[in-house]
Amino acid sequence: MSIFNMTRRNLLALTAATLVSSATAQASKAEETIKVGVLHSLSGTMAISETTLKDVMLMLVEEQNKKGGLLGRKLEAVVVDPASNWPLFAEKARELISQHKVAAVFGAWTSVSRKSVLPVFKELNSILFYPVQYEGEESERNVFYTGAAPNQQAIPAVDYLAKEEGVERWVLAGTDYVYPRTTNKILEAYLTSKGVKADDIMISYTPFGHSDWQTIVADIKKFGSAGKKTAVVSTINGDANVPFYKELANQGVKATDIPVVAFSVGEEELAGIDTKPLVGHLAAWNYFQSVDTPENKAFIDKWKAFTKNEKRVSNDPMEAHVIGFNMWVKAVEKAGTTDPDTVIDSIVGIQVPNLTGGVSEMLPNHHITKPVLIGEIKEDGQFETVWQTDGLVPGEAWSKYLEGSKDLIADWKTLKCGNYNTVTKKCGA
Amino acid sequence: MFCLRNILRAFVLLIGMTSAVLAEPYEEALPKLASDRYADTDAAIGAIARSGRPLALGIVEALRDGRLLSGEGQVIIRRPSGELIDAATGQAWTGSSGDLKPVRINNRVRRAIEAALGSLTLLSPDARTRLQAAQAVFRSRDAAALPTLDTAIAQESDLHVRDALESARAAIILTMPDALPDQSLAAIATLHGRGDQEALVLLSGLPSGMSSEVAAAARKAADGIRTRLAVFGALQNVWYGISLGSVLLLAAIGLAITFGTMGVINMAHGEMVMLGAYTTFVVQELIRTHAPGLFGVSLLVALPLAFVVAGAVGVLIERTVIRFLYGRPLETLLATWGISLILQQGVRTIFGPTNREVGTPAWMSGALEIGAMSLTYNRIAIVVFAFSVFATLLLVLRYTSLGLYVRAVTQNRRMAGSMGIRTSRIDALAFGLGSGMAGIAGVALSQIDNVSPNLGQSYIIDSFMVVVFGGVGNLWGTLVGAMTLGTANKLLEPYAGAVLGKIILLIAIILFIQRRPRGLFALRGRAVEA
Repeated sequence: MSIFNMTRRNLLALTAATLVSSATAQASKAEETIKVGVLHSLSGTMAISETTLKDVMLMLVEEQNKKGGLLGRKLEAVVVDPASNWPLFAEKARELISQHKVAAVFGAWTSVSRKSVLPVFKELNSILFYPVQYEGEESERNVFYTGAAPNQQAIPAVDYLAKEEGVERWVLAGTDYVYPRTTNKILEAYLTSKGVKADDIMISYTPFGHSDWQTIVADIKKFGSAGKKTAVVSTINGDANVPFYKELANQGVKATDIPVVAFSVGEEELAGIDTKPLVGHLAAWNYFQSVDTPENKAFIDKWKAFTKNEKRVSNDPMEAHVIGFNMWVKAVEKAGTTDPDTVIDSIVGIQVPNLTGGVSEMLPNHHITKPVLIGEIKEDGQFETVWQTDGLVPGEAWSKYLEGSKDLIADWKTLKCGNYNTVTKKCGA
Repeated sequence: MFCLRNILRAFVLLIGMTSAVLAEPYEEALPKLASDRYADTDAAIGAIARSGRPLALGIVEALRDGRLLSGEGQVIIRRPSGELIDAATGQAWTGSSGDLKPVRINNRVRRAIEAALGSLTLLSPDARTRLQAAQAVFRSRDAAALPTLDTAIAQESDLHVRDALESARAAIILTMPDALPDQSLAAIATLHGRGDQEALVLLSGLPSGMSSEVAAAARKAADGIRTRLAVFGALQNVWYGISLGSVLLLAAIGLAITFGTMGVINMAHGEMVMLGAYTTFVVQELIRTHAPGLFGVSLLVALPLAFVVAGAVGVLIERTVIRFLYGRPLETLLATWGISLILQQGVRTIFGPTNREVGTPAWMSGALEIGAMSLTYNRIAIVVFAFSVFATLLLVLRYTSLGLYVRAVTQNRRMAGSMGIRTSRIDALAFGLGSGMAGIAGVALSQIDNVSPNLGQSYIIDSFMVVVFGGVGNLWGTLVGAMTLGTANKLLEPYAGAVLGKIILLIAIILFIQRRPRGLFALRGRAVEA
């Protein structure tokens, strides 16, 4: 009896010990993971674009873990939902950095959400990778801009239209917020510097989610029938694009008459439209799903397998996240630590292959080099690349064409300044 | 001797070369079609179209349809039947088809194709093709097409096509600097008759060196056209207003019942619209996979289903949430807002966050041209639809027993109850009716807006605005309110811009509500005090 008792007690103790040790093992294992924050809206208006980016980040983290993680530790994605609510972006960023102690954050889409999280990243000294094309005029120590700056998207697109399509008259149509307004200001200054007269530029802004485009499309038609070749440069964002393109198609504005080049319309946005009447309208990006390279093919296959959906499309901001994530991984490996200060210093100059066959580099101004592609919409909702820059274009934080920003440069390597004035030789504009 | 032979040889060579250049532009141009540079393709299309070869039309059409293939410097046409033909010889192609790639085209090439097809198909036996050809020539103003145009005009029997051919001819003559004055005058008269924006551009951009008589005639014609365009422009704006008004009416009409007559502040009203739109999407998907032939009537099929789906969800919401909250507007507002978020996220989980494609049946695509106005068919359909929905609802409320009960309960709930009407059942049915109407609106809105989980949100504010402005509890008020807001918005937009226009309108409504809190058509009598 006593022996039996002993054994049982022993057994119990043994079990307890095993349990405790396995629990501590698990706890220490959990501590060992490197956390990566994903700050994309999963509900609200921007969910349409941002949910995909969350999925991409999960895929990248999973893939990196399959390769053995980072610095011998596993990566763990921490996903939060800022719900398309700009102040909530700041709160969620703070939660990621202070509570979850993430090593870096990948996130934000609209410029206003980026502006809202900036102070948090500065205060808590963390790292943000921002994957969307934006208006420029910014360079922060804690932010890495992996999307296109205006000189990597807007300016080459306008050049293409002027040269290849002979466009002399321009409609700059955009949604009424900071990105379209700044981009259009830069474009207007650029066109004027190329000798386009003020009469030949029409600027039109619409509210977010604008759905009644009859008047504006009629205006564009009228503006475009003045005898000179006309094109529309569209910075219309998000949901408003679908009714805009539908109205263009219904009023019979064809790409051969008045081509529309868009900066915010990608494969994902076209998924909701019947693209047959839109064939020939253009978009300028740094990546198209249709780009024929082995890197891109491998990525798309992985993406479709990860989402278990043959029809899932890929787009430009997704590629930006791929580049940004790979750069961060390389920088952490190079630095041997995830400490933000060290990573910020070591990431400049890091080169990783992009999906269009080139090698992108992180520049001292925290922007990257990218190729510029102009694509025409095809019947199947994909883009056909009709023009491409010869090499990669380095991103410029400050536009050369704007008064007040043309003298500024950003250099976080030697000058340690995001807005160094080359005339007054002072940091801080 | 040697020298002479050499010269002779060079001479023979030279003749050979020039003849090659002069006589064979077609053979020269062919490989350029498949060039990497679009400018080369562009030039080659023109050369091929002018060559007069029998295969020219086939080549240009094949290029347009993506059936022109190239490989190893050869250009091959793939007939729609799948047969491969060597464009250089016209014989069947015997090489391997594995290395052939379609020739790429862009907008510039597409324009060249249109122009080339225009000159090539002016004498086509099909009237539609001739009309398109005439319009293409009108745009390209290719002087080389003039003789063909004259032949085409002489043998044309279709009046509509003849008009198009005449204006194409006039456009070419007006852009020729060496045209005779009476030719030019006739051309000006033709264009004046056409009277649209393109004609105006042609008339105001005459080449210099025209006689003063011609210039004066052109100026007069241009002024005439300008006046005509201004009149049509105003009419067009009114039409845009009516069409926006119909959209507002559709979005608000269900709310006119739930909020207007029942007094429920239903923040989930927009989501009923969204459910209607998603029902349309599902119906179209099913039709696409099971009965593609029925696609033209998919919207008609979707209408009753959208009504049932949204109506059923409406009844469910009323039975489970709203009926406990009658008379407590603040709680109702919060609860229905919560429901709207649940519905949005639910749809997002089931259908994904991205837009869904709802197709437009062929009969709703394109535009109807009246004078210088163009009315798009989908907008016409929506205007007609909105008014018929309004009329139906009016009749239902006026002439059916359900309508009678709804009106009775709205006017005096306790009295209606004493007369034996089951008021709570009527509440549920009326709420279902309002929600169903919103679902029907969703079918129409799927044609002009995104089908995404956010669809409803963009209409909820506008809907409340219409109902409050028109006067709570009055269907006619909703109609007049929607039309007034739509037209005012569209008349302001050309002057103030879309953003400012909307702000001005909002301020105007605020001021109006200050003066008349009960809206345009205020209810009088006991119901107001109740």
